Amino acid sequence: MALVQPRQSARERPAAFDLGHPAPWIVAIVALLLPLVSNSFFLSEIFGQTLILGVIALSLMFLAGCGGMVSLMQLTVAGFAGYMYAIFGVTGTHSVSLGWHWWLATPIALILATLFGTVGGALAVRTEGIYTIMITLAIGAAFYYFTNQNYAIFNGHTGINTISTPAFWGIDWRASLPFYYLTLVVAALCYFWVDYLIRAPFGLALQGVRDNPRRMAALGFHVNAHRVAAYAFAAFIAAIGGILQVWNYKQISPGSVSVDSAINVLIVAFVGGVGRPIGPFIGAFIFVLLRTFALDFLREIGLDGNRFRLLIGLGFLVIVFWSPDGVIGLWERWRRRGAPASARPAGGAHG
Amino acid sequence: MDSVAQRLSNVGAGAALELSGVTRLFGALAALSDVSMTVRPGERRAVLGSNGAGKTTLFNCITGDFPPTSGTIRFFGEDVTAFPPYERIRRGLRRTYQISSLFPGLSVEDNVYLACRGVSRGRFSFLRPRVGDPLKQSARMLIEAVHLTPVAGRKVAELAYGQQRQLEIALALAGAPRFVLFDEPAAGLSPTERRELIEILTSLPSHIGYIIIEHDMDVALRVVESVTMMHNGRIFKEGNPQEIESDPEVQELYLGGGHG
Repeated sequence: MALVQPRQSARERPAAFDLGHPAPWIVAIVALLLPLVSNSFFLSEIFGQTLILGVIALSLMFLAGCGGMVSLMQLTVAGFAGYMYAIFGVTGTHSVSLGWHWWLATPIALILATLFGTVGGALAVRTEGIYTIMITLAIGAAFYYFTNQNYAIFNGHTGINTISTPAFWGIDWRASLPFYYLTLVVAALCYFWVDYLIRAPFGLALQGVRDNPRRMAALGFHVNAHRVAAYAFAAFIAAIGGILQVWNYKQISPGSVSVDSAINVLIVAFVGGVGRPIGPFIGAFIFVLLRTFALDFLREIGLDGNRFRLLIGLGFLVIVFWSPDGVIGLWERWRRRGAPASARPAGGAHG
Repeated sequence: MDSVAQRLSNVGAGAALELSGVTRLFGALAALSDVSMTVRPGERRAVLGSNGAGKTTLFNCITGDFPPTSGTIRFFGEDVTAFPPYERIRRGLRRTYQISSLFPGLSVEDNVYLACRGVSRGRFSFLRPRVGDPLKQSARMLIEAVHLTPVAGRKVAELAYGQQRQLEIALALAGAPRFVLFDEPAAGLSPTERRELIEILTSLPSHIGYIIIEHDMDVALRVVESVTMMHNGRIFKEGNPQEIESDPEVQELYLGGGHG
């Protein structure tokens, strides 16, 4: 048996835990030293946004990649957390906000958003495939219209403004540099947590549920309970992203939870690839770059700058067409070029 | 509903598996009609019958993959008719599938580890198993028992057919099985693999009973002590292997019927 083990761990372990590989170290060093070379625009608008969007898409990666459940409501859960923070916390919109401290409002928002995502998940697990997408999309759309029309709690179309952010130890954590590091640490913790969980019994069982739910039941697993638990965990991760987002923008309005933005999360996760937890962050980086610079680029070549979505859409099409497992999949195939076909990973959707 | 006292007394009542009047309809088609059978703990029985006789449907009703239309199923005295599959499995029932039903994207070790996890606590554990985790060890022992140790780290999708069949058996033996349903475990195996299968079946601890669906009479009759013949969803004949083999009606219907 001892002969088998080492070879297996070398083959099976994803790159993240292969500490001999230079890539994770380079990423970590670049991320830590970035503020030395980057101006505050890049720090918050590019890298901060990448990390926040990456965390929200990471929750979808966990559901879709490990559990085979494509949820369109992850941004809604994040937005719900943001709204809850704004409603319980201190804001300029006195008519709806309760004015509690951030350290009270934050855990409450996380808990309520996790509950919200769990209830949504409990509805969604009754269905499979396209119907899961439809139900979660319906939840997202319903929440969007509700926030638009409800003034008593959500302050309707205007939303909630001038939301206060944490400041302690003499540091304003929303200032450009501290916020970057805060976001980086939180995103890294989420990433490592998901990466760890995938190989823990809960994550393994979820992959079993994805591959063969009937057999999982015949092994003693309560399949739907596992699915709902996955929604709950994913909701918690998405809620963390939502809190970071509301701290970042200091305001939240129905536009933050629109169906458009919900679909963006789907694009981010699948462009990056849902096979590995790093995928959503790569997808988010590409998405944020396109969103920020495609406008100028399109004007440069004489097109309407507002058509940057066209570029994103085309990119999405190309990726999905050429590499169903996203940019990560492209990279893995490039690394494995020359290896026999049987060594390639099996697809996720097994009946 | 039984009282607690009744249920407790039922536990010692003797039968591992007790089916009474089990019927399963698919639309107008009766895949099973009025099947009653009693299997003792530790008993090894073969279910024979041509294609469409209802053998796999019988297994699906016993495990709860789909419930019977009518009738009751008792497992060690407890009425499990309305139980979901996972509740039956946690009580010691196991099964294998006719067409291998595995997790192709996971390694052999993870497949067996999941099976061990499914019948123990910590199914939702967020913590990875540590070195020397008892479930990891029992997974390794199971893998060794079905001769898959050399491929323990490989993905199931990369295994040969015979190895997948063996893994199928390992999954069904995880934890503390009390009764196992084997659905054509020898299908598609080479003669050597068949010998290994017979060895695995005959070396199971004597308290573990099983029902085996098997077309290969050489395999079936060597590993069982009783036989149930099924035909068109009904029990057609019951007896020991010698009686069944020499029964003229059975020969006409099944053995002489040119089945592979």
